[in-house]
Amino acid sequence: MYNFEYTKASSAGAAAEALKADEDAKVVAGGMTLIPTLKQRLAQPSTLIDLNGVDDLRGITVTGDTVTIGAMTTHDTVARSAEVAKAIPALAHLAGLIGDPAVRNRGTIGGSISNNDPAADYPGALVGLGATVKTTKREIAADDFFVDLFETALEEDEIVTEVSFPVPEAAWYMKFPNPASRYAIVGVFVAKAKDGVRVAVTGAGPCVFRVPEMEQALSSSWSPDAVADIKVSDDGLNSDIHASAEYRAHLVTVMAKRAVAGAK
Amino acid sequence: MTSTVSLTVNGKAVSAEVEPRTLLVQLLREILGLTGTHVGCDTSQCGACVVHVNGTSLKSCTMLAVQAEGADVTTIEGLADGDTLHPMQQAFHENHGLQCGFCTPGMIMSAIDLAKRNPDPSEKEIREWLEGNLCRCTGYHNIVKSIKAGAQAMNA
Amino acid sequence: MSETGIGATVLRREDRRFISGRGNYVDDVNRPGQVYAHFVRSPHAHADVKSIDTTAAAAADGVVAVLTGADVAADGLGGLPVGWGITSQDGSPMIEPPWPIIAQDRVRYVGEAVAVVIAATRNQAKDAAELVAVDYNPLPAIISTQDSIKDGVPQVWDDAKHNICFDWGFGDADATNDAFAKASHVTTVDLVNQRLIPNAIEPRSSVADFDSSTGEMTLWCTSQGPHAVRLLLGAFVLQQPEHKFRVVSPDVGGGFGSKIYPYAEYATCCWAARRLGVPVKWTAERSESFLTDAHGRDHITKAELALDGDGRFLGLRVSTIANMGAYLSAFAPLIPTYLYATLFAGQYTTPAIFAEVKAVFTNTTPVDAYRGAGRPEATFMLERLIDAAAKEVGVDPVDIRRRNFIAPEAFPYQTPVALLYDSGNYGAALDKALELSDYAGFEARRKASEAAGKLRGIGISTPIEATGAAPSAIAGQLGARAGLYESAEIRFNATGNVTVFSGSHSHGQGHATSFAQVVSDKLGVPYENIEIVEGDTGRVQMGMGTFGSRSLSVGGSAIVKASEKIIEKGKKIAAHLLEASVDDIEFSGGNFAVKGTDKSVNIAEVAFTAYVPHNYPHFTGDPEADKNALEPGLDEQAFFDPLNFNFPYGAYVCEVEVDPDTGVTEVARFTAIDDVGNVINPMIVHGQIQGGVVQGIGQALLENGVYDQGSGQLLSGSYMDYTMPRADNVPNIDSDLTITPCPMNPLGVKGCGEMGTIGSPPAVINAIIDALSGYGVRHLDMPATPQRVWSAIREARPAA
Repeated sequence: MYNFEYTKASSAGAAAEALKADEDAKVVAGGMTLIPTLKQRLAQPSTLIDLNGVDDLRGITVTGDTVTIGAMTTHDTVARSAEVAKAIPALAHLAGLIGDPAVRNRGTIGGSISNNDPAADYPGALVGLGATVKTTKREIAADDFFVDLFETALEEDEIVTEVSFPVPEAAWYMKFPNPASRYAIVGVFVAKAKDGVRVAVTGAGPCVFRVPEMEQALSSSWSPDAVADIKVSDDGLNSDIHASAEYRAHLVTVMAKRAVAGAK
Repeated sequence: MTSTVSLTVNGKAVSAEVEPRTLLVQLLREILGLTGTHVGCDTSQCGACVVHVNGTSLKSCTMLAVQAEGADVTTIEGLADGDTLHPMQQAFHENHGLQCGFCTPGMIMSAIDLAKRNPDPSEKEIREWLEGNLCRCTGYHNIVKSIKAGAQAMNA
Repeated sequence: MSETGIGATVLRREDRRFISGRGNYVDDVNRPGQVYAHFVRSPHAHADVKSIDTTAAAAADGVVAVLTGADVAADGLGGLPVGWGITSQDGSPMIEPPWPIIAQDRVRYVGEAVAVVIAATRNQAKDAAELVAVDYNPLPAIISTQDSIKDGVPQVWDDAKHNICFDWGFGDADATNDAFAKASHVTTVDLVNQRLIPNAIEPRSSVADFDSSTGEMTLWCTSQGPHAVRLLLGAFVLQQPEHKFRVVSPDVGGGFGSKIYPYAEYATCCWAARRLGVPVKWTAERSESFLTDAHGRDHITKAELALDGDGRFLGLRVSTIANMGAYLSAFAPLIPTYLYATLFAGQYTTPAIFAEVKAVFTNTTPVDAYRGAGRPEATFMLERLIDAAAKEVGVDPVDIRRRNFIAPEAFPYQTPVALLYDSGNYGAALDKALELSDYAGFEARRKASEAAGKLRGIGISTPIEATGAAPSAIAGQLGARAGLYESAEIRFNATGNVTVFSGSHSHGQGHATSFAQVVSDKLGVPYENIEIVEGDTGRVQMGMGTFGSRSLSVGGSAIVKASEKIIEKGKKIAAHLLEASVDDIEFSGGNFAVKGTDKSVNIAEVAFTAYVPHNYPHFTGDPEADKNALEPGLDEQAFFDPLNFNFPYGAYVCEVEVDPDTGVTEVARFTAIDDVGNVINPMIVHGQIQGGVVQGIGQALLENGVYDQGSGQLLSGSYMDYTMPRADNVPNIDSDLTITPCPMNPLGVKGCGEMGTIGSPPAVINAIIDALSGYGVRHLDMPATPQRVWSAIREARPAA
């Protein structure tokens, strides 16, 4: 690790102000990606602004039709929340598949989505459920939030404060993990809600994406068979030593089918 | 460019001068001399460094020492009560849950976190819980057996 | 059987410190005033080093020194030695390139050290390492094992034409060709035994401390055999005399072969400590371990089996290319030769065998022994080939093995590939495996899986292994440049307790427990009064270390020999105390007794007498009276150099369930029956086998050392990409034993550390191929990853 200055933020707003003042500063949430990155000397921030003391960024609120999760809420908290499990079982299930227990104890939803790792799980849930990301500046629809590989709509001095998920009628997430890293090689989140069906795919491409053909097919018939013959193109999908683009494209169909079958 | 960090480790108040880049595991091993917590990788995967921070298991290689300010940290050295081993330590011994011993402190710390949440975990639950703890010696068979026994003993 | 003697399940005494966080691993060792080494490593697989500018690094905070290959050369340090020489078929010696501890003019693999920065803290050393400016001229690299011998590819070494280190032949080519000529069927397989990266969870580490006032060097390092490190680094690299060189390997966090070798980093710490006058410490980061620990396997093989009309094996012909990497690691030439082709008979009576092995250089990390070392490659080849043959000739895989097993009454059995097998009952182990695995019930389980949309398959393998490498004289004829004995000393203390010094090294194997069981059993001393000391050349007289599953059969036998000497001397002391003739003294259960009387004396009293020799058969100077005279003390040493290897064997049954939609393979059941001769501590033996099996499952399904073929970058260079077996990848392992004592050593034991790793990969792959047999899949390379299995299904059954 290169050296850096360290400060604890008193609030999200204060952290955003600090980012504005120093463009080489970085915010650390759970640090589950940032600290390994620093250890590999792949980043050299001037200052780390720690959000861990900002308690009002933690917590889960469930109202009739919305689950709202504070940015600093850990994956473990979401995974074990009875309220989340009742309102959106797929979301608790997904959170329980992230990383490993020690990572879930520290990693946060805000950190995960701000990093927008193409193999992260949460982007699947946000896009799959049509969530809204609230920041220190504004509200951003999930469809607009995830822009490209490790790129989000966040401005340099903008910090995620919470994410609101509309409660669907049914949803599920199927993850095909990378056998080594356990990140998603393909993760498919399907949701059926009043305003329609969503199918979001993470891991397969450079950024989470939706599959309109599957959404249409599932809108007419909410069943695994409806997506069984729908293939996504492998053009532009990720390819590595574990999975070719072609294999990933195949897995999108298999995982989508299984996600629909498992939806609750 | 150092600052003082004060925390409780294994029940004792300690403080140390650290650089911001100092990891919690470096504080434990190199400054406090608690070498029971190990480092087996640099990508937060192996789990040899797992300790408890405020009661939950964390990878001490993926947390800065300064982030532990005011925290209550327990390491493998802090488990036994005098000469009496913690039930999970005893279970690893009785079930041959270790060979070279290098992954063992992290395994035991993770296992205790599981047993606190789930008093009677199934084989499958234990194996899934160990996703973040690598062992190269045992093939996990006896680790799973140890954790099952340890969880039962802890919750007896 | 006593509760702590031979054969008893005794909980391990070493556990207490490990479960309490009080182990003493090398990175836990700190010396006053120590500084830290960090290596600058080549980012290129092949490049000329044009220049190195260390000015900025040397001026950085905390830096004590920046040393390069030029400094190594100027100080006259030797290169890393090779411990085994191989002669090619044409009679020429193998190509043995120089391997300086820091590269000089050229780098030959990614990760090779080009400089070392030594600074007051780890972070300072790492910070300054970034300031070392190395000007490289990149050269084309050869990475592929398969392509390395082709015309026109880059050459790693000028004098190794076509990158060939040696071209070795073994067995009887003419007899084998004759066998093929009269065969009614020939089965051929082409196999890849992929590169593996050992990954002991403890990264390598060393601390060196030089005392300039005495000229003594002390090195703490993560080694499986500190005496061998002392010899090889002292004599060949550092010119540090053995008597002024102490090597300590305290607790070591797993080895698996990768910690046998005298690594450059250890030598660098010693050299720098001597040069700078301060203790120097280095600990690998995991990414560094991936690049610099000796890798394993990496073979490409074509194997042919000739069968008669009854499915009996007539001949075996094998041609292998074995990747050595860029340099020859210490025992690398041995692995694909005498630890490989000598096992080609397996458990079978194949009368004619011929092997050809081309060892090649590539621009990759050097390859050496990794758990099993040559024997997994031999076993995978043979057990896959036999299964393929069984399918082709329409014989059940169990039956074809039984038809060809060496019969129990045929031992000792001379194979056509040099080895004399000691003992065995192969059919009995297979029977037990079939029973324990409920082989007969497989069809019902297959149907149940099918109903759930899964493909279930069953596979067997019946592996054999040669462990406890020996004897030294024969090894010497075959190219060994070291002995293969082991050393032990048993020292009674005056108060009757015992310190045992062994040249073996435990890094997970539990010697402190099982060796104490042996001594307690042999000498009748309470188990708790026996301490085992290993891993320190300053305390242990001599040793070879732990590798090739040799600790108990060779090191344990040395302990038995030393206890026999203790008894022999004890009898003389007892005879004196009991006023009897030595010939009338019997030893049993810790007591020396006069035959036919109730007069006896315990060994503790004998020991006390030996050290407080008031009433003692002292020398008097009168030759007649001195016939039975003795020196004081009860402290005996022995070396054991066995007559032969020993040959553990087993029968493994694996059941898998394959998800045809994703290609995911789950190991549903795994049964391992092993015969490792007599057993000292069954709990430890089962633990070794379970761990070994999972490492083998790792090779079969998960692990793969993958390089980018163009750049030579290691793509699987961290746990993000190198798939280690995790708890949820594997089932419980059903292990059991048959016991056929080994006649080659006094304990009747055979090695058990590597069997699992050797026997399991073919069982897993055979099971997957069985599961996919409905699709006509005949071949699958390891690791059988989901994508590979899915592709195999798809290629066998083109999309409709």
